[in-house]
Amino acid sequence: MFAPYLLTAWLSGTVVAVVAGVVGFFVVLRGNTFFAHAVPHGAFAGAAGAVLIGVNPLLGLGTFAAAGAAGIVLLGRRARHDVVTALTLVTMLALGALFLSGSREYAAEVFALLFGQILGVAPGQIATMIVLGVVCLGIVAVVARPLLLASVLPSLAAARGVRVGAIDLIFALVIAAATTVSVPVVGALLMFALLVGPPAAAQILSRTPGQGLALSLGLTLVTVWSAIALSVSTDLPIGFFATAIGALLYAAAQVLSRARRRGR
Amino acid sequence: MSTLLGAFFASPTVQTALVVGTVVALVTAVVGVFTITRGQSFAGHALADMGAVGGSGAFLLGISQLWGFVLAGVVSAIVMESIGTRRLAGRDVATGVVFGAGMGLTALFLALDTLTAGSSNAAVAVLFGSLFSIDTRLIPVVVLLGIVTLAIVGATWRWLTLETLDRDLASARGVPVRLTGILFLIALALAVQLSSLSIGAILSTALLIGPAATALLFTRRLGVATALSAAIGIAQVWIGCLVAFASFEWFGGKSWPVSFTIVAAVFLTYVAARVTRAALPLVSRTAVA
Repeated sequence: MFAPYLLTAWLSGTVVAVVAGVVGFFVVLRGNTFFAHAVPHGAFAGAAGAVLIGVNPLLGLGTFAAAGAAGIVLLGRRARHDVVTALTLVTMLALGALFLSGSREYAAEVFALLFGQILGVAPGQIATMIVLGVVCLGIVAVVARPLLLASVLPSLAAARGVRVGAIDLIFALVIAAATTVSVPVVGALLMFALLVGPPAAAQILSRTPGQGLALSLGLTLVTVWSAIALSVSTDLPIGFFATAIGALLYAAAQVLSRARRRGR
Repeated sequence: MSTLLGAFFASPTVQTALVVGTVVALVTAVVGVFTITRGQSFAGHALADMGAVGGSGAFLLGISQLWGFVLAGVVSAIVMESIGTRRLAGRDVATGVVFGAGMGLTALFLALDTLTAGSSNAAVAVLFGSLFSIDTRLIPVVVLLGIVTLAIVGATWRWLTLETLDRDLASARGVPVRLTGILFLIALALAVQLSSLSIGAILSTALLIGPAATALLFTRRLGVATALSAAIGIAQVWIGCLVAFASFEWFGGKSWPVSFTIVAAVFLTYVAARVTRAALPLVSRTAVA
């Protein structure tokens, strides 16, 4: 299970889990779940486009993630957020369909981008992932306090002089960067599941933001590590284990908090 | 132009596409108005993608993919509604957890499908299904499911409108709000399943949200919005089909995918409507979409 060829999988899984645990905490707090689904899912169309014109897929992924995230925030200022998110997502996916129609034998690679190929990460990719991951966490650390206030009480944050619009945009770009780190490794599906499942369980169980952040980080790491272990030992896709563990954690947290409330 | 139109309407592929597209656009546009007003766009999109679970699972068991689709949709609708909380953000988290688990199951089923049968294209087909490659045997089923969906919305219309606009008031007037919520989510599941089955999940979400959002920019009355949304959706499908068909000649045999042309029409209409709406200062700016 800890064979040399699996070391890159453990390392990249850990990087993804740390980024997803921290960013996911804010995603759940802000109720940005749909957004967290749309950006990784839509961004893979960018990778398809990049392959078509012959540039690095990571570049296409990053460009589409950033453009989609910024587009949703800017269009969503004067309209319902979920409507704009849905329309931006389908537009990006439709562009993906257009790019894919240009090349024939692409189904396998699309599949990999959707469902991930963590066991196939090249050692060279890890350096890029770590750099992008550190940038993500750095930005979150710098804006942590205004971000927290703007997420929980937007109107109070605005009254206190926090520029809520700017914070929204910065956080959207953080999700875009986190997506670019993770999608080539774990796939759009798994990235979304990690951003939502374990952090949502952490949110239910914790009382203070600090507790929630720590618990979210811990649960995400546990999810990723056990998913890799199970996937290696059973030969079934890692995406299934990660999503199933995430959903079980969430269900367990719901049951626990209901029992706690009844006990009081 | 007239020869193009002649060839367009003479083609059997186009005729099938127009029939199915019109039914799907009509059903999703009607359901879409309620979906948006109730703030359930994410659930609508998630349910469309959930079809992949049923499709791949049914393939594994060797039963009809159609029933896999319908079953997966209805079950996930019930699960979502029963976890669902009143707060919008909490509901989106519940939707996300169910959705994530469903996608994980899809990954499992597809891996098993590949092990046992050697086909892994189900997910890609569900995501990118095309209006121009519809199995004609599906038409009666699509029409039937469409009628069932519209019947559910029609039968619960008074409950649904009241519950959508004011849940507390509806509850006080004796409307069974929980039942209404579940029935609506089942109607939503059927609508998006039938469209993702026939035309792909991308187009299903686009036709669910786009026309209804455009219509709701201009009117707040649910009845008017429903009619307007249906008209916009059908027009977009027809225009998209025509452009995709004509693009075959523009690019010398390499046509644009029909999913792309329809979504482009949907998105451009919405953006144009937003711009128009912003330029009309007299109308009150309290529209829900």
